[in-house]
Amino acid sequence: MRVTLTVNGAETTADVEPRLLLVHYLRDVLGLTGTHWGCDTSNCGACTVWLDGVPIKSCTTLAAMADGHEVRTVEGLASEDGLDPVQQGFVEEHGLQCGFCTPGMMMTARALLDRIPDPDEATIREAISGNLCRCTGYENIVRAIRWAARHEAERTSEEAAV
Amino acid sequence: MTTTDMPAAPSSDTVPRSPAGNPLGFGHMLRKEDARFVRGQGHYVDDVRLPGMLHGAILRSSYAHARVVSIDTSAAEAHPKVKAVITGKILETLNLAWMPTLSGDVTAVLATDKVRFHGQEVAFVVAEDEYSARDALELIEVEYEPLPAVVDATHALDPDAPIIRDDLEGRTDNKIYDWEAGDEAACDEAFAKADVVVAEDLVYPRVHPAPMETCGAVAHMDKVTGKLTIWTTTQAPHAHRTVYALVAGLPEHKIQVISPDIGGGFGNKVGIYPGYVLAIVGSIVTGAPVKWMEDRSENLMSTSFARDYHMHGEIAATKDGKILALRVRVLADHGAFNGVAQPTKFPAGFFHIFTGSYDYPAAHCKVTAVYTNKALGGVAYACSFRITEAVYLVERMVNCLAFELKQDPAELRMKNLLRPEQFPYMSPTGWEYDSGDYPRALREAMRIAGYEELRREQASRRAAAAQPGADPTAPLMGIGLSFFTEGVGAGPRKHMDILGLGMADGCELRIHPTGKAQLRLSVQTQGQGHETTFAQIVSHVIGLPPEDIEVIHGDTDNTPFGLGTYGSRSTPVSGAAAAVAAQRIKDKARVIAAAALECSVDDLEWEHGRWFVRGDPTQGKTIAELAMIAHGSLELPEGVEGHLDASVVYNPPNLTYPFGAYICVVDVDPQTGQVKVRRFIAVDDCGPRINPMIVEGQIHGGLADGIGMALMEVIAFDRDGNNLGGSFMDYLLPTSMECPSWELGQTVTPSPHHPIGVKGVGESATVGSPPAVVNAVLDALQVRSADMPFTPAMTWRALEGRPMRPDLAIE
Amino acid sequence: MQVPAPFEYQRAGSVDEAIALLARSGGDARLVAGGHSLLPMMKLRLARPETLVDINGLSDLEYVKVDGDEIAIGAMTRHVGVLESAVLAEHYRIFAEAERVIADPLVRNRGTVGGSLCQADPSEDLSAVFAALKGRAVIRSASGTRSVDLRAFHLGPYETVVGDAEIVVEVRVPIRPHTGSAYEKVERRAGDWSVAAAGAFVQLRGDTIDDVGIGMTAVGAAHFTCEEAEDSLRGGPVSPEAIDEAARICGQRCNPSADQRGPVDYKRHLVSVLVARALTRSVARARGEAA
Repeated sequence: MRVTLTVNGAETTADVEPRLLLVHYLRDVLGLTGTHWGCDTSNCGACTVWLDGVPIKSCTTLAAMADGHEVRTVEGLASEDGLDPVQQGFVEEHGLQCGFCTPGMMMTARALLDRIPDPDEATIREAISGNLCRCTGYENIVRAIRWAARHEAERTSEEAAV
Repeated sequence: MTTTDMPAAPSSDTVPRSPAGNPLGFGHMLRKEDARFVRGQGHYVDDVRLPGMLHGAILRSSYAHARVVSIDTSAAEAHPKVKAVITGKILETLNLAWMPTLSGDVTAVLATDKVRFHGQEVAFVVAEDEYSARDALELIEVEYEPLPAVVDATHALDPDAPIIRDDLEGRTDNKIYDWEAGDEAACDEAFAKADVVVAEDLVYPRVHPAPMETCGAVAHMDKVTGKLTIWTTTQAPHAHRTVYALVAGLPEHKIQVISPDIGGGFGNKVGIYPGYVLAIVGSIVTGAPVKWMEDRSENLMSTSFARDYHMHGEIAATKDGKILALRVRVLADHGAFNGVAQPTKFPAGFFHIFTGSYDYPAAHCKVTAVYTNKALGGVAYACSFRITEAVYLVERMVNCLAFELKQDPAELRMKNLLRPEQFPYMSPTGWEYDSGDYPRALREAMRIAGYEELRREQASRRAAAAQPGADPTAPLMGIGLSFFTEGVGAGPRKHMDILGLGMADGCELRIHPTGKAQLRLSVQTQGQGHETTFAQIVSHVIGLPPEDIEVIHGDTDNTPFGLGTYGSRSTPVSGAAAAVAAQRIKDKARVIAAAALECSVDDLEWEHGRWFVRGDPTQGKTIAELAMIAHGSLELPEGVEGHLDASVVYNPPNLTYPFGAYICVVDVDPQTGQVKVRRFIAVDDCGPRINPMIVEGQIHGGLADGIGMALMEVIAFDRDGNNLGGSFMDYLLPTSMECPSWELGQTVTPSPHHPIGVKGVGESATVGSPPAVVNAVLDALQVRSADMPFTPAMTWRALEGRPMRPDLAIE
Repeated sequence: MQVPAPFEYQRAGSVDEAIALLARSGGDARLVAGGHSLLPMMKLRLARPETLVDINGLSDLEYVKVDGDEIAIGAMTRHVGVLESAVLAEHYRIFAEAERVIADPLVRNRGTVGGSLCQADPSEDLSAVFAALKGRAVIRSASGTRSVDLRAFHLGPYETVVGDAEIVVEVRVPIRPHTGSAYEKVERRAGDWSVAAAGAFVQLRGDTIDDVGIGMTAVGAAHFTCEEAEDSLRGGPVSPEAIDEAARICGQRCNPSADQRGPVDYKRHLVSVLVARALTRSVARARGEAA
């Protein structure tokens, strides 16, 4: 079947099998290999992307189900102005080691900050509880998201001052 | 050539900074590798795409033990997108049906005679795409004749136990080996004199490293050039290259192993798995590149489990709690093939370091290893070659002793810890601990924890709970300690080899004419941050900015030989190689500087990054300037070659011995058995910290492993040998919700024999933390004995005095 | 990774269209909404429908609203919508408490109320919630609409009364004054399925229990509830003893199986503990106390 998805703002289209998983559409059809997969059972969150602005697990979504919808992946996080504060936060606070869970983790984090700009530690921990990380013990991921929240708040207040 | 002293490790606030703001040496520095990872531009094995690439999938056994009667692949072969179906029979014709393990045994690539564990490889399909390959697996018909399975290791040596390895000539039982260490007679003597003897049975159940990225490979056999290129998830690319040469009979100079970005290893990616070999065979058969990536169930069921030690410990002491001796009998479950990855001379790994951090003269261990109908492995999951099991044993035994003597476990430990003046310390089982100040580390952990206050809180809670009408749901508070000594950086080649390959590591450092450097390593990061840390090591010695030092690794064609990254060996071994290589550069630069400045080398003094003439600091040359001169036209002194390169193979004189003191505080719901980790305090001493940020990250991750193993991770088997941990719904990794905010502290005791004093830290927390959590839970329950993982059910049953076996199905 | 076997994909633009598509495929079609239970089973090839009918476009079934003296929840309401619903928070705290421990936030963004009920996993949480609240499922087919008591909805594990060409469109729960509700779940780890879970509501008239509902999941409770325990409480005075007795009955009457989440004795014990806790907190909430 033919599907058309808007991925990171660009329209993409391809003939695919109905059973093609969204994660494979992104990785194999579009070559966007920043989105990873780590399990088969919708437990690990390595494949997290946004579907119409909401973070979901792309290993448990068919490309067909995303036909006509908007998808955002890690490749769509940075803008022309540079890294998203979430990406910068992960660098600054050592929120990643092997980097495998990182794209999914950041997509979850970005969605959290869009909803709750100043989350406390408990809120962050709950928000990322569907994204497994085997390297960091989560501590620095929490700090990374706090870093992004703090810097976005500063930036907002600076912009307001201007 | 004159040699200079290696610089001492400075405190990070005195380290000069590079133009980019990075420390010229040790200190906090953001990771160089993160730029690609946060953009989704990491390049992992599954990201490799080659023109014409085919995809492989493995059919696996649904039985734990069965005779393979027949395999019908005709329907699979008829699938329009299938290019090849490979069975054990076909591999036999290529002499590839079996391959050597890392422990002198053999293991099946594809089953020929029997399947010996649930999930064993039976057939391999190569197809145009992954979906078709997996479809074709369903078209293969295998007729099995089921056999009784050996599931419980404690029955593997029963006289009527089925013989698992009837492929080995003359096999009449399931024993792999008996092995012992220590002085049995001295131990017996000490036990005879003891006031108190405490015995305890402990199971360290089977767990799995479960990195977020599963294992896989892309193999490409170029028929024209005869060159095999294999991109694969390996922690040890050079060792893999040699093994492929041995297994497949391929010429080693025609094999290139590329280990790109690796999504976590933890020991899961040390071994060579049938899937890797099958990808190679698939490429040879089809002439096209073949990718094989295991799914999560395959990862959990077939590759490299860890632990599975059934231990009986006995500890002897005086009535005041001075330990006199420790002995232990171990039943080691190695699965259906002996495939542990460890130095050849040590079949039980480094388990015999089980005397731990305490001062007593007598110890003895006897290890019996057996075959069972389970997947092979045993040494993995950040275990430092089974020091995890050793630390668990001694730290549980010390707590059992404290329990029986009604002594505070911190006080008991303090009474028995090795004292600083005893180092270097020769342990009763033959290990020479290099350096340490153990009481200081324990005191520091107790200070951070507020140990006395915690005990007071616990006492008042217990008093309140004993009052009539007390709230029956009030949480039970527990405080657990562990103190660990690690032995990492394997190792001296005269003692340590794997498959005959000595455990030394090479390193090459090239300073290019413009003063930019490339460092080529034999080790391979899986997230440890080598690209940053190793640049800092070189910067520490020669003062080049770390941003000007490119670390190259993970490609056997472009790096020197060495045994890879596991056992926390990268910094102790390869880090030493890098430091020594940099030192050679510095020494050579001095000679070149003397020639350029027309003075004697003895007139030159070193300031960080620059040689200058004593008494006239304006007369000097930086390393970068000297690099250009070294490549230039200056006539160099006789015997001095041009260029500024160094090549080193580092053979460590001893292991390094990091250590630490951990304290865990838990609250247990007495009615449901739910455990909440309230606090975790970790004081680590890994010598000087090259990059404190990275060191702390390594510790954080290991502490989460401890929470995982102590509270939820286990692979159990049912009576038929079915794996009950074969997905992330069944094999539970800790989430952000179970992990507390870690509280870290440190002491710094340099290693006297390592060139820059560092000890390695990759596995410390994984090794050290499980007993702290377990001791905390049992302290909360005021119960002496039960095995992890403390799931709510296990905890409740322990509180009821009816603990369960963690390694078998709950019935 | 694991991938599903081939199937035909259809997208329904309306409930009627979904019903027509189901009818046309004669029992070999499955509806897919969130897909978080169905797709993993299809990857394991334990489920292999010939046709998947995607109903994610039926956004008119995504609502939570007061409708007369009932709360109506559209079948396509995502878990996150239940979790964050102000209407449900006002009337039944049990929803937010249960939703907060269903899977993880990402799954809750996608999974739906109707999908959860129709997948009929014996450990599913909302089945216990609706059993406790004595809700009704509204089911549509080509021939019209019928309403089924959710205590009669499940025929067994993974099996419901919903026919091949039927679709659950709504779930309804009566609004009850002077009522408190609560949910208690024990899991091995955040995001895991329940070892056992229990939910309850208690409606008070003074100190008398006017009405009560108990729901349980993962423990083999018939219809996810225990009417004998409810009967023991209804019409009687609130007392810890009465609650304990009802909890004891639940522990006795449920029929858990041993698995890696726990042995039978523990699960029975846990049911008693959780039912008692859910009832106790429900009472406190009915009285307007913090709980």
